[in-house]
Amino acid sequence: MREIVVISGKGGTGKTSLSASFAYLAKQDAVVCDCDVDAANMHLLLDANFKEQRDFHSGELAIINPQICTNCGDCFDVCRFDAITKETDFHVVDAISCEGCHYCSRICPVEAITMQTQKTGDIFISDIKNGAKMIHAKLGFGAENSGKLVSKVKQIAKELALKEDKSYVITDGSPGIGCPVISSLSGANLVVLVTEATVSGLHDLQRVYQLTKTFNLNVVCIINKYDLNMDVTKKIEIYLEEQEVAVIAKLPYDEDFTKAVSVAKPIVEFDENCKLTEQISSSWEKIKIILKDR
Amino acid sequence: MKITIASGKGGTGKTTVSSNLTTYLASLGKKVVLADLDVEEPNSALFIDSTLVNTKVSNKMIPQWNATDCLLCGKCEEVCNFNAILHLPEEIRVFPELCHSCYACSELCPTSSLPMVAEKIGLINEYESELFSMVEGRLDLGQEMSIPLIAQTIEYVDEHFPEHIKIYDAPPGTSCPVIEASRYSDFVILITEATPFGLNDLKLAVETMKVLNQKVGVIINRYGIGDDGVEKYCQDENIPIITKIKNDREVAKLYSNGELIYNKIEHFKNSLDEIITFIGGLK
Amino acid sequence: MKIVFTTKGNSWDSAIDPRFGRAEMFLVFDDENDNLEVIDNSATESMEHGVGGQSSKKMITVKADVVITGNGAGEKALKILKTTGIEFYTGAGEMSVKEAYEAYKADRLDKQF
Repeated sequence: MREIVVISGKGGTGKTSLSASFAYLAKQDAVVCDCDVDAANMHLLLDANFKEQRDFHSGELAIINPQICTNCGDCFDVCRFDAITKETDFHVVDAISCEGCHYCSRICPVEAITMQTQKTGDIFISDIKNGAKMIHAKLGFGAENSGKLVSKVKQIAKELALKEDKSYVITDGSPGIGCPVISSLSGANLVVLVTEATVSGLHDLQRVYQLTKTFNLNVVCIINKYDLNMDVTKKIEIYLEEQEVAVIAKLPYDEDFTKAVSVAKPIVEFDENCKLTEQISSSWEKIKIILKDR
Repeated sequence: MKITIASGKGGTGKTTVSSNLTTYLASLGKKVVLADLDVEEPNSALFIDSTLVNTKVSNKMIPQWNATDCLLCGKCEEVCNFNAILHLPEEIRVFPELCHSCYACSELCPTSSLPMVAEKIGLINEYESELFSMVEGRLDLGQEMSIPLIAQTIEYVDEHFPEHIKIYDAPPGTSCPVIEASRYSDFVILITEATPFGLNDLKLAVETMKVLNQKVGVIINRYGIGDDGVEKYCQDENIPIITKIKNDREVAKLYSNGELIYNKIEHFKNSLDEIITFIGGLK
Repeated sequence: MKIVFTTKGNSWDSAIDPRFGRAEMFLVFDDENDNLEVIDNSATESMEHGVGGQSSKKMITVKADVVITGNGAGEKALKILKTTGIEFYTGAGEMSVKEAYEAYKADRLDKQF
């Protein structure tokens, strides 16, 4: 079982559309995993049925019992996050600001403060197109995207893939370079970096590539919208060559990309014969070959 | 006036709109400052012809172990809820990247062996262009938490530009970093695209802003491709659609080169005029 | 010498857990007296961060000489274990404990550090 993680650094490069296309091409030989838990989208393209749901808990919230609270203010003094304010006869915690550090609850002289684990999200296991399964999640509003939910989603996906003897886990990673991305990348056998032929795309590519380097991961790249700006594409290619990262596809700027999304289909399902599909299919074949050699 | 420009989905045009809007407002004589709060991937500086005039190191406070008086009692590990302190047989190890700076270990240590010290998490860069200033927060690679830097960048802008209209270019998403970038603003503009992705993420963003009690308005970008789901949703929810920016490959081309758009493409400028009229109507 | 395996079960036939930080349990084999000890690591499953540190601490407490696992040590575990002299082997992710031990002896595993 091999895990492919698709990331992009910058949003809007086509990462999710490509992950969904790979998932569609892999048919039943893959478990699909949407780790973009902050703004999960893959389910829209793959007809996910949200068959199974599990609660996800993370972080803790300090709750002050107003009946026990003596209003001494010790909690207010130690809270570094401005999460505690004084009401008339007792103190109260602001849920959005509370970091869940436990400090106030540890030092309250009358034990009026309890820490409560919060349900901060939902995990879903869905049946999707082509008879495969997808693990995805929705982070609750204001919940910290610590990477724990991403971790959990990946873990369930990998376990399912091993149990059902699937060759691949295809993971749609999170944007950015913080915790959720780092968590998405954990244990990846191959990272597919999706970028676009814009100066922002190149800038973000460089930052996120450095991240993959620190984890010693195998990386390949897809350049999207390459013909939008040949100068920038050239700059991207030069950078990737210096870093010894292979480009496995260059996709043209094509409105079919968005049209496919509009009708909730991965591009390879939307139009089996277009240039985009040709390129994407060929890059999927390259990915499989690269993974065979590992 | 503080306006946050956010979106649930990445790549919808936050930076395009915020950089063009700020430049246009400045060209009309307004005192305005742009703050790039997408600290993991700050891009605005690519579009504004400017010089770096100030760099401030951004720190967070972390505990630093002083072995001298330490009894290796393990109280520090006990009170740390984030696994940032490890009590090993012969030493105390701190993981700065996990530390939330709650000070519990430092203040509850019986021998004061964990004083809090400043550790760099990134930079706050101030740029000056011909017409206005721009401030970006830039998180160091390997730093996992962006919120302290977002908060400090906002503070820097408040301190240095008290009288200016502040445009905040928020990070993508709907979780904590976006909340931090939005919670102190007077208004939040959500940019989306007219596709199922755009609609899905817009709904998440709107719900987040509701929790914050923030007023929102929507800009539909790349209007022309896609469907009318977003428009219907905004109508149903009584959310104002501030403007619809036409889908135009020429716009994409200029963006790809890091160039501003409003001074070259008429319909884009018209959209900015609609945004400015809308903002003007907010007071 | 003490060899620690990251496992999903408590016997020689159990599957290796490919993860280190969040491994379900650690099986400690003392080759001087053939003793097999089980250390439960399931508490790490629900931790958000820093599991590498927690698991590494267990290796130090139990005085491991060798660790055998699947994927490898993450950043935090690396920071702690690299200076301890503990030898860290990967590549056993799809083996049983017994197979992993044979592979280790036959020098077929990858050494991370």
